[in-house]
Amino acid sequence: MRGLVRYVAHLPAVTGRRLVIALPLIWLAVFFFLPLVETLQVSFTTPRRGIPPYAPLWGFGDDGFFTNFTTGNYALLLQYWSDYFGPALNSIKLAFFSTLVCLAFAYPMAWWIARSTEKWRTILLVMVMLPFWTSSLLRLYALIGLLNPNGFINAAGLWLGLIDAPMQMMQTDFSIYIGMVLTYLPLMILPLYAVMVRLDADLLAAAADLGASGPEIFRTIILPLTIPGIVAGSLLVFIPAVGEFVIPALLGGPDQLMMGKVLWTEFFRNRDWPVASAIAILLLAILTVPIIYARYQDGRVTATDRSERPVEAK
Amino acid sequence: MGRMNGLVLSLGALGFGILYLPIIVMIIYSFNAGKLVSVWSGASLKWYASLLENDQLLSAFGTSLLIAIWAATIATVFGICIAIAFVRFGNFRSRLALSAIASAPLVMPEIVTGLSMLLLFISMESLFGWPAGRGVDTIIIAHATFGMCFAAVVVQARLRDFDMAIEEAAADLGATQPFIFLSITLPVIAPAVVAAWLLAFTLSFDDLVIASFVSGPGSSTLPILVFSKVRLGVTPEINALATVMILVVAVAVIGASWVLRRRLAARSPD
Repeated sequence: MRGLVRYVAHLPAVTGRRLVIALPLIWLAVFFFLPLVETLQVSFTTPRRGIPPYAPLWGFGDDGFFTNFTTGNYALLLQYWSDYFGPALNSIKLAFFSTLVCLAFAYPMAWWIARSTEKWRTILLVMVMLPFWTSSLLRLYALIGLLNPNGFINAAGLWLGLIDAPMQMMQTDFSIYIGMVLTYLPLMILPLYAVMVRLDADLLAAAADLGASGPEIFRTIILPLTIPGIVAGSLLVFIPAVGEFVIPALLGGPDQLMMGKVLWTEFFRNRDWPVASAIAILLLAILTVPIIYARYQDGRVTATDRSERPVEAK
Repeated sequence: MGRMNGLVLSLGALGFGILYLPIIVMIIYSFNAGKLVSVWSGASLKWYASLLENDQLLSAFGTSLLIAIWAATIATVFGICIAIAFVRFGNFRSRLALSAIASAPLVMPEIVTGLSMLLLFISMESLFGWPAGRGVDTIIIAHATFGMCFAAVVVQARLRDFDMAIEEAAADLGATQPFIFLSITLPVIAPAVVAAWLLAFTLSFDDLVIASFVSGPGSSTLPILVFSKVRLGVTPEINALATVMILVVAVAVIGASWVLRRRLAARSPD
């Protein structure tokens, strides 16, 4: 260890600096950027039987340069409009309402945490973070045990005489929304908490002294000051929710088609990799606007308050 | 504002309920003797016993552990590099490229990352013969790739707070930059490095979607196995497995935050 320290310590500073930048840059270029380029390529090639199940987009054969370029995969998406764009719209719809549901729960929760005493704040924050560190797959699995026709809620409801017959909760929009809340709620709470905890309590007291009612204080002070948290949290929930696969696969029925599930089926069951790639490109195209907006927001926040330490989130 | 507070408290409590009720019910039923999930037929540890005899689950657990340890270690080293470049190097030439490429994986849908990585591995194999097939190594590469971006975020936050005066003092006394980094900076940011490693480890250990694409025969991770079992219905063995895993994480998280609180409390007087 000491020898290593001494060796590294005598490397020229410039070499070290270049290495620190180049290593991650090259890794990410090869294992993140190139794969996206490859996906774009495959989305324009023709499927075939064999391994891999698609023809190379271009190359050099016996007759020189050849290409298998086709826009057929995208044409297929357009032709079977309802099979592909239907799930795409459904993904956006489910992700949008999931974001709203998360916001409806997260806003009061974050407010509650931010207004608690310091001791309770730590406890509640740990309670928010704890599910975040545990497997979301296992937590979704636990939810199935709760929502199943013979699951805990129905059994308890029947036993208490609240319901006469088991309710159908699984394989509905309801189960998907609950699954989304279960998975993404912490991502909504943390940015909201970060803006709420900085909100000056004197402002609220002053407004109340001057005769403002509760709803008025909320509308004129609390809401405007927490907009950055609302935007940040909504993007953190909406973006992954659109591409979500596990939740519709486990909790949704055959009717709850989302893009992630359609891509998965095309890839694993139909083994049509070019069409799966075209769906991936479509998904990215849909997400481009929110992703770029999220980066812009992120840049703005770090530019304005560099000194503020972000909440320990992922 | 009394009515408001009531609404806030009840919605908040419902939110915590959604987060915790499934876990609590599952933990209780993992001690259920019967196979049916909703019928309580006496307390028993038999599902824990059969978990220990399930070689398939245990070997998948081992595979996941191996992958997560390697992926988290690679991710942390590269994540530290990214963080240092952003916080310390000012406006270097490739800054924009690095910041774009290091933040895109944070928001990329998993299913796109998984598919595109697989396509890359396949075309690399046909070009250079490496990686030969897919297995543990390709999953490690894939997990390290998105893990390093999360690790970089965690380390960056700590590095920004760093008191540069210590490093400047060391430099004045003649220490070289790499020596300063290893003997001063690294020990100071150690808690963030540990946090980054744990985050990358958790992300790798829990990942289902990306691993499903880039895994090969014989490299089934725990999430892949659990997913295939869960699709066939609720199995009590998974209740026991999930209970063990969630309790381990809970003890670790609560323990870590307790230690952190103690340290903060010890530091606060000055």
